[in-house]
Amino acid sequence: MSAVILYSVITLGVVAAGSAIILFVIASKFRVDEDPRIDEVAALLPGANCGGCGYPGCRGLAEALVKAADNGDISALMCPPGGMTTMAGISEFLGLKAGDMLPMIAVVRCGGSKEKAPTKFEYDGPSKCAISHSLFLGESGCPYGCIGMGDCVSVCKFNAIYIDQETGLPVVKDNCVACGACVKACPRRIIELRPVGQVENGNTNGKRVWVNCINKEKGAVAMKNCKAACIGCGKCAKACPSSAITLKDNLAYIDPMKCTVCGECIQVCPTGAIKATFKPEPKPKQEPASEPAA
Amino acid sequence: MKLKTFKIGGVHPPENKISANMAIQVLGLPKQVSIPLSQHLGAPSVPLVKQGDIVKTGTLIARKADAFISANIHSSVSGKVLRIDDVMDATGYRNKAIIIQVEEDVWEESIDRSPELKKDIDCSPEEIVKKIEDMGIVGLGGAAFPTHIKYMVSGDRKAPDTLIINGVECEPYLTSDYRLMLEKTDEIMVGITIMMKAAKTPKAVIGIEANKPDAIVKMQEKAKDYPGIEVIGLKVQYPQGAEKQLIKALVNREVPSGRLPLDVGVIVNNVGTAFAVYEAVQKNKPLIDRVVTFTGKKLKKTGNFLARIGVPSTMLLEATGETMPETTAKIISGGPMMGKAVSTLEIPITKGTSGLVILDEAEAKRIPTSNCIRCAKCASVCPMGLEPYLLQKLAYREYFDRCETEAITDCIECGSCSYTCPSSLPLLDYIRFGKSNVLRIQRERRPK
Amino acid sequence: MTNRLTISLSPHEKGDVQIEKIMWGVVIALIPAFLASVYYYGFQALRVIVVTLVFCIGLEYLIQKYVLKLKKITALDGSAAITGLLLAFNVPSSIPTWMLFAGSVFAIGIAKMTFGGLGKNPFNPALVGRAFMLASFPVQMTSWPVPMKNIWSLGADAVTSATPLGLLKEGVKAGETVQQLAHKMPSYLDMFLGNIGGCIGEVSALAILIGGIYMLYKKIITWHIPIFYLLSLGIFTGIFWLVNPAKFADPLFHILAGGAMLGAWFMATDMVTSPMSIKGQIIFAVMGGILCGAIRLLGTYPEGCSYSILIMNAFVPLIDKYAKPKRFGTEVNYGG
Repeated sequence: MSAVILYSVITLGVVAAGSAIILFVIASKFRVDEDPRIDEVAALLPGANCGGCGYPGCRGLAEALVKAADNGDISALMCPPGGMTTMAGISEFLGLKAGDMLPMIAVVRCGGSKEKAPTKFEYDGPSKCAISHSLFLGESGCPYGCIGMGDCVSVCKFNAIYIDQETGLPVVKDNCVACGACVKACPRRIIELRPVGQVENGNTNGKRVWVNCINKEKGAVAMKNCKAACIGCGKCAKACPSSAITLKDNLAYIDPMKCTVCGECIQVCPTGAIKATFKPEPKPKQEPASEPAA
Repeated sequence: MKLKTFKIGGVHPPENKISANMAIQVLGLPKQVSIPLSQHLGAPSVPLVKQGDIVKTGTLIARKADAFISANIHSSVSGKVLRIDDVMDATGYRNKAIIIQVEEDVWEESIDRSPELKKDIDCSPEEIVKKIEDMGIVGLGGAAFPTHIKYMVSGDRKAPDTLIINGVECEPYLTSDYRLMLEKTDEIMVGITIMMKAAKTPKAVIGIEANKPDAIVKMQEKAKDYPGIEVIGLKVQYPQGAEKQLIKALVNREVPSGRLPLDVGVIVNNVGTAFAVYEAVQKNKPLIDRVVTFTGKKLKKTGNFLARIGVPSTMLLEATGETMPETTAKIISGGPMMGKAVSTLEIPITKGTSGLVILDEAEAKRIPTSNCIRCAKCASVCPMGLEPYLLQKLAYREYFDRCETEAITDCIECGSCSYTCPSSLPLLDYIRFGKSNVLRIQRERRPK
Repeated sequence: MTNRLTISLSPHEKGDVQIEKIMWGVVIALIPAFLASVYYYGFQALRVIVVTLVFCIGLEYLIQKYVLKLKKITALDGSAAITGLLLAFNVPSSIPTWMLFAGSVFAIGIAKMTFGGLGKNPFNPALVGRAFMLASFPVQMTSWPVPMKNIWSLGADAVTSATPLGLLKEGVKAGETVQQLAHKMPSYLDMFLGNIGGCIGEVSALAILIGGIYMLYKKIITWHIPIFYLLSLGIFTGIFWLVNPAKFADPLFHILAGGAMLGAWFMATDMVTSPMSIKGQIIFAVMGGILCGAIRLLGTYPEGCSYSILIMNAFVPLIDKYAKPKRFGTEVNYGG
C-alpha cells in the first residue's frame, strides 16, 4: 500500500518538476523585457480602453507615456476621459509636468426633435444611422439632422449618452469623458467636443453655449423641415459682445474659446437654435427689437 | 436550344412587365425644368450659365468637371435660367441643379432634327469618342457612367475585340429598353456600328433576355444588314444584365475581381446608350432626353415616355391621365431590384432614370426579420460567389478588415441575397454599409 | 395618396420563400415516414409521435414566452415540429411517455433554446435529444417491438426483436459469418419497405425516399448531402465487404438498415447544422458517411448514423471557414 503512495508521489513529483523546468526555460527564453513603469502607469489610467487618446487602449497610452517620459516631455499626451486628476497622478509618478487640458464634453448639435422636425417619410430598414444616412436625407427631411437611431449610443463605453424617447434625440449625461467615440460614429458629424464650461480658479463652472444645429441650407429650406433650425440670420453674431459668433454657409458657430457665456445670443435667436446649460438671465435693460437683420 | 446564361447564382423575380405593349410616347414640356449637375457617376459638372441667361434646347449649360470621370450637361429645353439651387433628386438628398423656365422650344441650329435614318458614318474613331464626350452621353442602363471613358483605351491595355450591347433589361417592371429595341431598331444598329468603329472592334454581340422574343426576332432581322452584329437570346435570370454576368453569359469570360471589362477585351454598353450615340454622332444631338417607363401594379394606365432631362416626374403621372393611387406607399426610381426609393414624385428625370415604379403598401413594406437559419440560399444565389450571410454578420459587427478579405468589394449590389432570404434579413443593407466602409479604408490607405 | 412614403434600400422585391414555408415543407416531407410508422407500429407509434410533437412545440412556446420573454413567439414556425417528429422517429414505439418528455426537454430546452433558438444551435436538436435518451435509458431505447401492421393494436407488451444491425453485430461477435446469419435477417424488400424492427420513423426507406424527393422537388434541400452521405457510407462499407464478406455485410444492407436513410435525408440536411457552401456540404456528407460506417463496423454500437452526424455538426464552423463557394472572376479564360 505504501509502495503505491510512494510511487504516486514520486511520479507526480517528477512530472511536476519536469513541467516546471520546461515552463521556466520557455518563460526565460521568450521573456520580453518591458519597462515596469508601463504596468504602473496603465494601472493609473481608467482602463476603459476607449481609444479617446488615439492609442489602442490604455496600455497603448501607458507605453507612449513612458516612452515620452524617457524623452523628458509628456505634455503632448493626454487621457481625455481621465482628465486632469488622472494626468496629475501620472505626472506625479513620472515626475514630469502633464499638459494642460480643458475638460471637454460631447455636445449634440441638433434640435430636430419629433415635435420640431416632424416625420415626413417612413424609413424601413436596419436601425442604424449610417445605413439610413447612406440612403436619404432622413425621416424629417433635414439632411443635417439627427437620425436618432443611436449609433452614438452603441459606441459609448461609458453609458454617457442615451436617446430621449420623447424628443428622439441623443442626450449626453454628465459622466461623459469626451473620448470622442460618438463624434466618430455619427455619420452626420452632429456631435462636437466642447469645453465643459468656463474655467474659474482651475474649476469649470459647467456653463456652455452652443448653436444647436448644423444645417447649412438656406434659412427657408431649413425652416421647412425643422422649426428649431439655425437659419443663418446673424442676429446672434450681432448681439455677441465678445464677437465669438461667426456666420458661415447660413450657419452660426460659437467659438467656445471666445465665448463668455453671457447669454445674449440665446435671447435674440428667433428659432431657439442656441442652447445653453444654464438659464440666461433676462436682460436688465429691455431694449425694443433692434433693426432687422441683413 | 439551351439559352446562354451566367453560371453562378441568380434569381427569378416575377417579371411584371406591365407596360410592355405601350408604345413610346413623347412627353410634353413643363413650365420649368431642374437639371441636376450630378446626373452621372463621378464628379458633378461645372455650371456655365447664370441666372437670367437665355438658353436653347441643346445648349451646353454645364461642362465636364476637371476630374477624370465626369460628363457634359446640356439644356433640355429653351428658356431662361431662373437660378441654380438645391433640388431633391433620386439620390435621396438635395443637390445642385440648374432651374430653367421653359419658353417655347427653340433648338440649337447644329442639331439635325429630321427623322430620316442616317446610315453613313463620316467620323473617325477619335472624332466619335470626342463627340460622345461633347454630347454628354452616359450609360443609360442606370449607373450613368460617362460613355466616352470606356472608349479611351490607354497605355498597356489590350484593345478590345468585342463590343457587348446590353438589351437584357433583367429588372422587373422596366420596359424602356424593350420598347426602344422594337421602335428604333435601325438607329440602334447604326449606333452600335458607330461604337464598333470607335472601339475598333470587328464584332458586337447584343444580349436580350428570352422574355422579349419579338425584340430578339426584330433585332436579329435588322442585324443581317449590319456586318459584325450578332443578337443572342439569354435565359431569363436576374441579374443577367449586370455587366460582369452579361460578359460571362455572352462571351464566357470572367472579369477578375477589381478589374474592368476592358481587361478581358470587351466594352459593355446599353441599347439606350447605342441609340443616344447614334443621335449624338449622326444628328449632333446631345443627351437631352431618354425613354422612361412609368409603371406599377395599381396604376390603371402605364406607359413608356420619351422625356426630356430635368422634367419633374409628376409629368409622367399627368401624361397617363391618372391620379396617384390611394394606396401608394413607395416610389422607386429605377427597377425594383436595384432602384432607389424616392421621397417625392417631384424629382427630376435624369440621364440615369430608366423608370419609375409605384408600389402599394403590401409590396412596399419589408417583412419582419428572424434569425438566420443558415439555409445558404443567399450564398447559392449570389452571382459573384460571395457569402452574403457572412458579409452581413461581419459588416454588422464592423469587422471591416475581414469584410475586405471576404471580397465585400466584389458585391455588385444586385439584391439577390435580400430577395431570397427566408428570414427577410437586410443582407444587402449591411453589405453596402460594410462595402462603403471598406472602400473608404482602401482610399485612405492609398498613398496620396 | 394619403400615407407617408416608405423609403428603404433596394431590393424592393421580396421572394416568397419564408422560414415557415421551408419548415412546414420539411414536415410535409416527413408525412410518408409518419404514415409508414403508424402502419407498422400502430397506435403506439401514433402515441409517440403525437406526444413528442406536443412536448416539443409546447416547450418551445413556454420557453420563448416565459423564460426568454420574447415578443415574437415562433414556436409554430415548424422548426419545433420538425424536431419533435425527428425525435419521435428516432425512438422505438415502446418507449414510455415520460422518457419522451425528458428527451424533448433536452432537445428543445438544452440543444436549441439555450443557444438562442432556431438558427443558432450548433447541433441538430433531435439528434441531441436522441443521444441523451440513448445514454440515459439504454434498455428502453434499444428494445424494438416487431411491426404488427395493426393500427388498432395497443401493443403495449408487443414481442420485441433486434434490429438487423443489432442482429449482425451480435452474430458476428458470437463468431457467426454473415452468410450464416442470413436466414435470421429480413429480406431487402422488407428493409426497403420497413417491415423490420427499429426506430419507428427510420424503418421504411421507401417512405423516407418519397419525402426526400419531395424536398428536392420543392428545393428545400439540394441533393449533395444525402447522396454523398449514402455513397460514402456505401463505399466505405463496400471496401470492408470486399475484403471480408464473411465478417462484414454488403453496402446495400448498410444503406437500408438502421437510421442511415433518415439521417442522410432529414438530419444531415438540416440547414442550421450543415455547411453553407456546396463544397462544404460534400465534405460534411462524405466525412459523415465514413464516420457512420466506421462506428457500425469498428465500434461497439450497432448503429452510428446519429453520432456521425452529431460529430460532423461540430466540424461545420471549421468546414465553413475553409470551404468557400467558387467566386466569380477566378476563372479567367481570355487572352490565351
